[in-house]
Amino acid sequence: MSELRKIPIGALIGLVFTALFLLAAILAPWIAPYGLGETVGQVWEPSSASFLLGTDNLGRDLLSRMIYGARTTIFIAVLATALSFILGSVLGFTAAVVGGWFDTTMSRFVDLLMAIPTLIFALVVLSVLPTTLVTLILVMGILDSTRVYRLARAVAADINIMDYVEAAKLRGEGTRWIIFREILPNALSPLVSELGLRFIYAVLFLSALSFLGLGVQPPSADWGGMVKENKDGIVFGIPAALIPAGAIAALAISVNLVADWILNRTTSLKGGRG
Amino acid sequence: MSPIVKLIAQRIALGVLLLLAVSVLIFAGTQILPGDVAQSILGQSATPQALANLREELGLNDPAYIRYLRWLGGVLTGDLGTALSSRQDIAASIWPRLKNTLFLAFWAALVSVPLAIVLGLLAVRYRNGFVDKLISGLALASTSLPEFFVGYLLVFFFAVKLQWFPGISTVYDGMPFGQRMMAIALPATALTLVVLAHMMRMTRAAILNVMQSAYIETAELKGLRAFDIIRKHAFPNAIAPIVNVVMLNLAFLIVGVVVIEVIFVYPGMGQYLVDHVAKRDVPVVQAVGLIFAAVYIGLNMVADIAAILANPRLRHPK
Amino acid sequence: MVAKATAPKAARTGPLLDIRNLRIEATVYPPGEPPKTITLVHDVSLTLERGKVLGLIGESGAGKSTIGLSSMGYGRGGVKITGGEVVLNGRDILKGGVGGLRRLRGREVCYVAQSAAAAFNPAHRLMDQVVEASLLHGVASRAEAERRAMALFRKLSLPSPETIGQRYPHQVSGGQLQRVMTAMALCPEPDLIVFDEPTTALDVTTQIDVLAAIKEAIRDTGVAALYITHDLAVVAQVADEIMVLRHGRLVEWGGTRQIIKEPRQEYTNALVSVHEIAHQEQQPGKTPALSVKNVTAAYGGGHVKVLKNVSVDIFPGQTLAVVGESGSGKSTLARAITGLLPPEQGSVTFAGRTLGNRLADRPKEDLRQLQMIYQMADVAMNPRQTVGTIIGRPLEFYFGLRGRERDAKVAELLDKIEMGKGFVDRYPAELSGGQKQRVCIARALAAKPKLIICDEVTSALDPLVANGILKLLLDLQKEEEVAYLFITHDLATVRSIADSIAVMYRGEVVRYGPKSQVLAPPFDAYTDLLLSSVPEMEIGWLEKAIKGRRMESAGN
Repeated sequence: MSELRKIPIGALIGLVFTALFLLAAILAPWIAPYGLGETVGQVWEPSSASFLLGTDNLGRDLLSRMIYGARTTIFIAVLATALSFILGSVLGFTAAVVGGWFDTTMSRFVDLLMAIPTLIFALVVLSVLPTTLVTLILVMGILDSTRVYRLARAVAADINIMDYVEAAKLRGEGTRWIIFREILPNALSPLVSELGLRFIYAVLFLSALSFLGLGVQPPSADWGGMVKENKDGIVFGIPAALIPAGAIAALAISVNLVADWILNRTTSLKGGRG
Repeated sequence: MSPIVKLIAQRIALGVLLLLAVSVLIFAGTQILPGDVAQSILGQSATPQALANLREELGLNDPAYIRYLRWLGGVLTGDLGTALSSRQDIAASIWPRLKNTLFLAFWAALVSVPLAIVLGLLAVRYRNGFVDKLISGLALASTSLPEFFVGYLLVFFFAVKLQWFPGISTVYDGMPFGQRMMAIALPATALTLVVLAHMMRMTRAAILNVMQSAYIETAELKGLRAFDIIRKHAFPNAIAPIVNVVMLNLAFLIVGVVVIEVIFVYPGMGQYLVDHVAKRDVPVVQAVGLIFAAVYIGLNMVADIAAILANPRLRHPK
Repeated sequence: MVAKATAPKAARTGPLLDIRNLRIEATVYPPGEPPKTITLVHDVSLTLERGKVLGLIGESGAGKSTIGLSSMGYGRGGVKITGGEVVLNGRDILKGGVGGLRRLRGREVCYVAQSAAAAFNPAHRLMDQVVEASLLHGVASRAEAERRAMALFRKLSLPSPETIGQRYPHQVSGGQLQRVMTAMALCPEPDLIVFDEPTTALDVTTQIDVLAAIKEAIRDTGVAALYITHDLAVVAQVADEIMVLRHGRLVEWGGTRQIIKEPRQEYTNALVSVHEIAHQEQQPGKTPALSVKNVTAAYGGGHVKVLKNVSVDIFPGQTLAVVGESGSGKSTLARAITGLLPPEQGSVTFAGRTLGNRLADRPKEDLRQLQMIYQMADVAMNPRQTVGTIIGRPLEFYFGLRGRERDAKVAELLDKIEMGKGFVDRYPAELSGGQKQRVCIARALAAKPKLIICDEVTSALDPLVANGILKLLLDLQKEEEVAYLFITHDLATVRSIADSIAVMYRGEVVRYGPKSQVLAPPFDAYTDLLLSSVPEMEIGWLEKAIKGRRMESAGN
């Protein structure tokens, strides 16, 4: 209990909201009042007892679609983040510890990929690839792994020149001990907080693609796509598009608050006790 | 040759090399399609003869590197090719849209850059105070807000409810300047909001970094006023990091333009790109992608050159 | 000086500076805990007469810099003066408000920082920075101020005093920059200068020149000074009186001669006799434990030669001290011996066997026999491992000890380094500087090595703590029969613990042999310079040393 009380209020709000969104995503089929594609009312009905958030451009229940949308959005973002993270950190760590030609080649290639704005390069690639879930996750994951690579490499390179790593090398320890026992425990906290940021970026990126009509395709629902579906209502003063847009913002801010807290909490090197 | 000229020349050469490599990457990125361009233009029902004719016409029978060199040669001579969907000359279609995009980005930058620097300075001046906390809060929010949320909020309140500005930014040739400014008011505001907080936070960090140097303490211990310390001692050393911040954010702004243009149906490069990605019109996508990348690389290069120019160690070698 | 007449028309009688019951507090923000206020200085009082020099001495955390800066009404970071009076020229400056402080800073009191390299603005020419305060306070016209600055440059023996002001800070050396900073402080002709460890960051042979220049400048201009340092021998050369501080409290205050010759407090006595360690020099044995033969090594693929034809022997259970200044190649020698930097030529023999050039070529047994202790104990230990893991790992790795057997051995080692079993579960961040270094020693001992390389192991520590570490190392040497290769820039340390000495200069060993021979005349030019540069706790040593020198120091 005393542990809980030490969490600052911002981080607590972030934790609660993040948990709510995750629960909604996991329990979608059980808690959504209506089906995903079910037309249940008039077009753009305002909020009422039967439709808490009103209905969308085809008369579907917006709340139900929001809940299912959470599922799609979070699912794709989680997979893309996982891909970018595993790819980026494994390659980054290896580059820092092994060095030599592997490091040079990888780093130059990553520089090249990062010389093109991510959204632009994604659009170029998506202009020829079929828009499926797998393509989306691969494109997002690979493009974003460049940033994880840079961070992981920088963090590992900083630790690699520390005297305690040299001491381990002089003792005769193998590469595995050095990576997993000396470097990894010290690289974890910046990487964990980066994980949060990468997830936010994935959510925003996916939403932008879907909003542009190049991400998740109907009849699946994701939040960015729902903004696109309902955007024409804005001009008539119907705020339906603002609800999924706001949900994206709320999710991103919550995760940001949590990531910020983790980073602050662990930057002090007070050993494993903090 | 003085070392500084040499460094700058090296940086420019690197920029050119990078641009060349990026053109390869963009070209390669459009070659991973399982089918081919001719098929996607003519559709599934096309006769083999028609497909063969089109392939011949587009030069698709040549190996990829020949097609790349042909494309690159065209780009270098200002010939961006022909759009598959409309059969129009790409360079001719791009030109007015590029002007529109630059017009929008220019005004957004003109507002956001000075504003961000002034607010960043304020945050440093009143560090850990209310203004500072507000700024870091806003920065946290702004990295989390999708562009379309900001955009549609503006439309909803200022175009629909208050009806101050148009919600759709129609511009045309020969439009009077005043009307044009009215039309871009909301998209420019949205762009400003998207980059502002981020730029403030980076400016704050850059100046704080300088303000914590020992030479600032020296100046304080000489009895200089706070304002003179910032003007004489902090500012000359903060130029390079601030220019860097500005350039990074302009690059950011150029990308943000894509989504903002779609929201406001603004006839610029972003809108053009998105339309043609949906139509799978590869030559247009390649051309626009290359232009965006070139601007991005150019801005980063300017930031690096500014940093070289501002470094006293390089300006006055031993 | 005539210009003194232009000083503020303050009381000419009474002491220049009179600090009464000064209390200084700071707010600290420990991570994960609410901010708290700690007291840095507890009710310290001092007075300083015009033209006199008061030395403030103490270990880190003694509050000496904080007190020095209070004479300008300045607190670093979250530091605040919360009680007492600072009376300068007859008025309490703490009551004068911000404007009053601004008028006094750079006019009546000037400051010389420890690192001149950081204290100069890299964007402006030296001259502009030197005359800035004079112009700001209207002490002199630009031409007059520049003329004065050049005269000061000449007095401080800076090369080409007419043109050095046109340079930028990065274009002059560290020792010169420190003198330019002194000129900057003297230029407005203040009443008081605060010198905050002005020679600490310099090499020992450069330090003596800067020290002499500062002393002469103080004498000739008649300015008063607060001279802050942790080195009693240094302050004894320049100060009229010395104040010893500890944990923000006054320990002892007296004339320089009294403090260094007849200290009244036990703590002062400890500081005075810090280098006295009983150690009987041992004669070289017959067969060396480790023998370095004609080793040449270079960085950058052979471009930068840092070791040239170096040969030394280390005998079992004895200490070879390798002395030299920064850039002499002494740390590179350690890297060549350990295999981190494979030598280009020459060989390293250990117990009769030639060691593999590269680290990867050496068997585990050779690695075990040769351990290393680092200068910065904080970064030599993995912050995520407990003391138990840090000391226990070599036991596991080399001897396969596990479980209770290992724990017992760890406890035994902790006992050897005079730390209790309670430390097993601590993390490095929870230890003091001296304790960290002790744990590093235990880690090295755990491997039961024949030789330990000690790379500047005491130079990051306060003198008394360093002294404790040295004594511990000597005791352990007797018990374990281990040899040390002791790398240091500090000749005082060498005198107290070495059996033989190698003096290094620009990558070469210029003098080598048993301690008694190396430290006995006749000397070669460099050894003479080095030996004569080590401050001695003796009034008048500085003048004698400067007069007796044969060679210019490299920092000039």
